[in-house]
Amino acid sequence: MNAATMLDTTPAPAILAGRGGLFGRLSDLFWRRPRFLLLLLLAPPLLWLGIVYLGSLFALLLQSFFSIDEFSGLIRYEPTLKTYGELLQPANLDIILRSIVMAALVTLASGVVAFPIAYYAARYARGKWKALFYLGVMLPLWSSYLVKVYAWKLILAKEGILNWLFAELHLTWLLDAWLSLPIVGGNSLSFSYTGTFIVFLYAWMPFMILPTQAALERVPANLLEASADLGATPGQTFRNVLFPLAVPGLVAGSIFTFSLTLGDYIIPQIIGTSRLFLGQAVYAHQGTAGNIPLAAAFTVVPIVVMGLYLWMAKRMGAFDAL
Amino acid sequence: MGLKLAAAAGLAFLHLPILLIFVYAFTTEDKSYQWPPPGLTLQWFAVTWNRPDVWAALGLSLKVATISTAIALLLGTLCAAAVSQSRFFGRETISLLVILPIALPGIITGIALRSAFSIADIPFSTWTIVLGHATFCVVVVYNNAVARLRRTAGSMIEASMDLGADSFQTFRHVILPNIATALLAGGMLAFALSFDEVIVTTFTAGQQQTLPIWMLEELVRPRQRPVTNVVAMVVVLVTFLPILAAFYLTRDGDQIAGAGK
Repeated sequence: MNAATMLDTTPAPAILAGRGGLFGRLSDLFWRRPRFLLLLLLAPPLLWLGIVYLGSLFALLLQSFFSIDEFSGLIRYEPTLKTYGELLQPANLDIILRSIVMAALVTLASGVVAFPIAYYAARYARGKWKALFYLGVMLPLWSSYLVKVYAWKLILAKEGILNWLFAELHLTWLLDAWLSLPIVGGNSLSFSYTGTFIVFLYAWMPFMILPTQAALERVPANLLEASADLGATPGQTFRNVLFPLAVPGLVAGSIFTFSLTLGDYIIPQIIGTSRLFLGQAVYAHQGTAGNIPLAAAFTVVPIVVMGLYLWMAKRMGAFDAL
Repeated sequence: MGLKLAAAAGLAFLHLPILLIFVYAFTTEDKSYQWPPPGLTLQWFAVTWNRPDVWAALGLSLKVATISTAIALLLGTLCAAAVSQSRFFGRETISLLVILPIALPGIITGIALRSAFSIADIPFSTWTIVLGHATFCVVVVYNNAVARLRRTAGSMIEASMDLGADSFQTFRHVILPNIATALLAGGMLAFALSFDEVIVTTFTAGQQQTLPIWMLEELVRPRQRPVTNVVAMVVVLVTFLPILAAFYLTRDGDQIAGAGK
């Protein structure tokens, strides 16, 4: 009749005895003091990143406030803004501007090339095809950076496949006409800004596809149908519905394409003109010239540019799309 | 239709250059990058096989990638566990700190480490390379582990504790089996990332040659084109395997594996 009387009513202790052994005691401590566990978990990664990464980063930035003695070539350890004065010389500003323009162009072109792939993968590819598309993007993205550059050296070489293709199609005149243009041209494709641009685009474009695809996958298909039902042409639907919804993804992808292009010093060194990009300038100043302060000042530029870029990206909601 | 064409053209643009490498590995031409290849041969594989410098570079690369991956697995998992198990002040900052080494251009990490080594009088060694690699590999493991931990129900952990398991038993029998494949995938990607890294490595290697540095030197001053062709092909194959494996390990679920380099 009374359920309680039928059960064993020996009261359980409100507080269990502590666990024995070292592990048991530690485990009890973790449960009572979750902050202690948190500290224990966080300490190794934070110490590593804090000391190895942030430590050396700050040490580097600090050196940009030193200057180099013109006569002895030694670094003078007194705080000064002289190095930043050097950074703002026209020749150096040229380098900075050239790198930023290139990064912006590569980013824009990446968006244009990546969008159809991302849209097709998000909207139409299903099942097996979807997996294939994903791998089709992942493999080039993760394959060796140097191999990619090397492949383009093969392609753009004078005796290489691209010139051969143009010759087979009897279009060599078109290539020559392009190469005789002032800024984008040059002696051959592998010694021109056009070549540098193509290789940058090839190397960093895959980073644009996945975030864009993620953003597009979140666009409900019936939204596009509704737009069409309400009389919008496909072009209008794209401009007013699809594109604005894809912007966070595009911006998230552009963080990678922009940052990676801005700091690269290997691609422009192997394929391109002799005019320097930002990364090459840093490399040259710290290496042969031994001018660490100026190299450090140069690295401040991408840090500031990327800081501004990330701040804008955050405002456009790009981090939710990552 | 137009969309299909544009998507196909984009994918072709991504893949054809890599396929070209495979053709060049068999060419008989050894003085230039002539296309189409005048003939096909297998002799360069034998030549490459007998090159001690290639083997030494490969050995160093494998060693560095293995150690860096081990460190990244440990640090990345700890960080992911901390971030996902509780909310605390500065949580967002920690995510940012982990991502920073890959969000900023690699040359900054490289030159910062190099100047730190010279300030602290640390001579270049395998360990200086590992120091750089592990720093940017953490984020790959972290991303994978955090995504998986987010999907692991907290109630399972509580149930395990309620049933009398202590924290260590819960980790071994409940959490670890749940995140094992994500960790394996993260580890594979970290390995591929480290095996392939060149920008930071040029600053932290000194006179040592990893395989990418060996390739970079061939790119700047081509001396043995046929050997370079073969090495390039081998590198492509070696990096594809872990990526394919990582894909199959994480495909059931949100595919976070490649959230950036």
